[in-house]
Amino acid sequence: MSSSNSDSGAAVGVEPGPASIDKTGFNKQRRYFLIGATSAVAGIGAVGAAVPFVASWFPSAKARALGAPITLDISRLRPGEMLGPIEAWRGQPIFIVSRSADALEILEKDIDDLADPDSDNTDQQPDYARNSWRSKRPEIGIYVGICTHLGCSPKYYGEIQPEPFDADWQGGFFCPCHGSRFDMAGRVAKNLPAPDNLLVPPYRFVSDSVIVIGEDVGTA
Amino acid sequence: MTGSAKMGLGKRGSKTLGLALLVVLLTPLSQAMESEWPMTPMNPDLQNLPSLQNGWRLFTNYCLGCHSLKYQRYERTADDLGVPHDIVLEQLLFSGQKIGEQMTTAMDPEMAKNWFGAPPPDLTMVARLRGVDWLYNYLRTFYLDESRPFGVNNKVFPNVGMPNVLQELQGTQTTGCASAAEENCGELVLLEGSGQYTSEEFDQAVYDIVNFLYYTGEPSRLERHRTGVFVLLFLVILFVFTFLLGREYQKDVKH
Amino acid sequence: MAEDAQAQKGKLAKGWLNFIDWVDERFPLTETFEFHMSKYYAPKNFNFWYLFGVLSMVVLVIQLLTGIWLTMSYSPSDAFASVEYIMRDVEYGWLLRYLHSTGASAFFVVVYLHMFRGLMYGSYRKPRELLWLVGMAIFAVLIIEGFAGYLLPWGNMSYWAGQVIVSLVGAIPFIGPDLMEWVRGDFLMSDITLNRFFALHVIALPLVLVMLVFVHIVALHHVGSSNPDGIEIKKHKDANGIPLDGIPFHPYYTIGHDVPAIVIFLFVFCVVVFYAPEMGGYFIEKPNFEVANPLKTPEHIAPVWYYTPFYAMLRAATYPLFGVPAKFWGFVVMAGAIVMPAALPWLDRSPVKSMRYKGLLSKITLALFIVTFVILGYLGTIAPSPVSTLAAQIGTAIYFGYFVLMPWYTRIEKTKPVPDRVTMP
Repeated sequence: MSSSNSDSGAAVGVEPGPASIDKTGFNKQRRYFLIGATSAVAGIGAVGAAVPFVASWFPSAKARALGAPITLDISRLRPGEMLGPIEAWRGQPIFIVSRSADALEILEKDIDDLADPDSDNTDQQPDYARNSWRSKRPEIGIYVGICTHLGCSPKYYGEIQPEPFDADWQGGFFCPCHGSRFDMAGRVAKNLPAPDNLLVPPYRFVSDSVIVIGEDVGTA
Repeated sequence: MTGSAKMGLGKRGSKTLGLALLVVLLTPLSQAMESEWPMTPMNPDLQNLPSLQNGWRLFTNYCLGCHSLKYQRYERTADDLGVPHDIVLEQLLFSGQKIGEQMTTAMDPEMAKNWFGAPPPDLTMVARLRGVDWLYNYLRTFYLDESRPFGVNNKVFPNVGMPNVLQELQGTQTTGCASAAEENCGELVLLEGSGQYTSEEFDQAVYDIVNFLYYTGEPSRLERHRTGVFVLLFLVILFVFTFLLGREYQKDVKH
Repeated sequence: MAEDAQAQKGKLAKGWLNFIDWVDERFPLTETFEFHMSKYYAPKNFNFWYLFGVLSMVVLVIQLLTGIWLTMSYSPSDAFASVEYIMRDVEYGWLLRYLHSTGASAFFVVVYLHMFRGLMYGSYRKPRELLWLVGMAIFAVLIIEGFAGYLLPWGNMSYWAGQVIVSLVGAIPFIGPDLMEWVRGDFLMSDITLNRFFALHVIALPLVLVMLVFVHIVALHHVGSSNPDGIEIKKHKDANGIPLDGIPFHPYYTIGHDVPAIVIFLFVFCVVVFYAPEMGGYFIEKPNFEVANPLKTPEHIAPVWYYTPFYAMLRAATYPLFGVPAKFWGFVVMAGAIVMPAALPWLDRSPVKSMRYKGLLSKITLALFIVTFVILGYLGTIAPSPVSTLAAQIGTAIYFGYFVLMPWYTRIEKTKPVPDRVTMP
């Protein structure tokens, strides 16, 4: 709007204006100051008016309530099995795996093929999961089952056996979308589309068999 | 719509119209009343946190068993009313519920239908539906009436299908008539000492409950009032600038 | 230093102008702007009543924006709860919703005033007949759009108002009952009905509305704006073909008058949004705080205020005529009342356009018409009684009489001479 004003201002004297318009009283300085000041105030108003529209896109109270921490009983989880994917925390698929002693041994030594074996990317897990099994307790692994490539949910292949996608499969997760592979600790294999290890959500043990996913320190 | 009604449209028309207007303005008064009971006005106060907190407590103890507040969340309520979360978790929440959840009732609607004839309505917005005056008077005007299934009737909501849940606090009221079925026989009489609260305490308790329901009806009300001040002030400032700029352009126009 | 800055500024301005030239070679940007804004010459004697066109546009924008945003959180399959979700759980959802619900009423306020301006100054007269017809089409679509939107909260008032209005269709002889089921897609008002009205409200009708508004403006800028004197400024042009009594719409009306007026309008609008969004039950009605209940009609059913004049006329039809039940005639009367003003360009036979120069009879009939319309509006809000029905019947007769008798009373009255050039307020 203001640009067109200066256009019409610049046009004074260039072409004959309408008979009803008389710009002899025209005070350029005053007018341009008012244009600038009004535009500035209106600009503030525009930003203010945008606030409710922008803010309404943030997670609502409902989304936050659904994303609240959840308590789970894992007493029936047997070694080698996976609980999940369950819609556990923030509506995301959560994988809870119970790892056998064999699987843990593999996690310790079979690391040449991994992109980030030592969990150097600290965004992908809380500090207590920066170890070779990426969990609080070696036998229980908890991961957000969303591939770090483009968000598909990988599938669990827990058996150590040749699989169509890998003749030398040592157990873990395979993403059917773009072929990324993760080991039993959610660590991604090298030279595959997914850049990072699976995310470890914050969690804590209430007792041996009860976990809370979504928070690591809490009162109740 | 025929021509004769239209002849001399000016004077006769406006006379008829004036008459119609007069009659019309007088008629609706009789229709506005829902009940004959003289309503005591109730002025809610959303700044009065102790009242709102007490209202919440009373609602949880006496109402939530049957009536849900299913659009209202515990966490929001706790934050708005200044109640610490751990107190809510301890005292106001059904076991197994989370603080982010809505205040549903544990009652099975099918069973409720058998007991009351209809499932007890959700009360989240009852203060907007009925008005605070209605609620305040309704909760205070239960009286003994043996002809009703729950042994009580109500002055504001005649033949209501709800027991007087606040009876232990209020005590027993009678109409003071020989026959309870007879309407309009004077004031309600409270049996002295039949309730835990004095009359003033009870009125305050009902005030608190209604105040709380006024809050749940529109929890953003205070925020709305606060935001409005800034918006209106801004518009005044914006008007000054746009007005001056507008006048600056109007100077160019030859009259 | 200062000269450097000056040179820098000149460079920037030149770069901008070059860019505009580049665009103009490929798209008529400057041409369009000049045709509709800076070289659209509007009569210089506009008054207060000429603001409501631009304010209608402002409200349209408010409704489109808040409507799109509400659609992001509204869900027709869980309608009532999702409105409360917006009111409580969505950040600033309450504001978006109140802006939209108040906007609906504001839309009708400004549109009614805009139409009143047309009545007063004869804006519908030659050569603006099509402009007027397009405007009437906008009004008709707005009525349906408002009705469809009114259903969406799915409160008990939404439900029963929908039930009543859809039942009107059932008044059409022979096909009515079948048509009614077809409109509802069910044997009663249900989710199925709601879903189709949702689609109409958020996609179909807004599209039609926006297109009609566009056509309205194209028609306006082709024939030029009317003015309170009801004279054509194009009759007197200078050597360059510019009307002597015209001033460029931009900036002299846009910035000169419209923007400050919009701010005043927004102030009033925001007072309602922030301090009286229910407007005592006229903008948001109390029974709508209860979820739709097909078993329980609210004790008193009334449409929102902007439909009540037409609703009163609908209820005024109580006599069966020609063997057809009154119900059908109510439908005819209501539809007729909405469509009737479209005939104005051909009903007004006065030699002058503006009320300023028309005779006493025209002034009295217009005043009577407006008063009647307001009274009908009031009658539509109250529960019917024999007296109010009689009043509504008289009102309906006056409403239609205003139009039907117009060819007669505009011809017989003595008019005042119209000046050659516009007069300034």
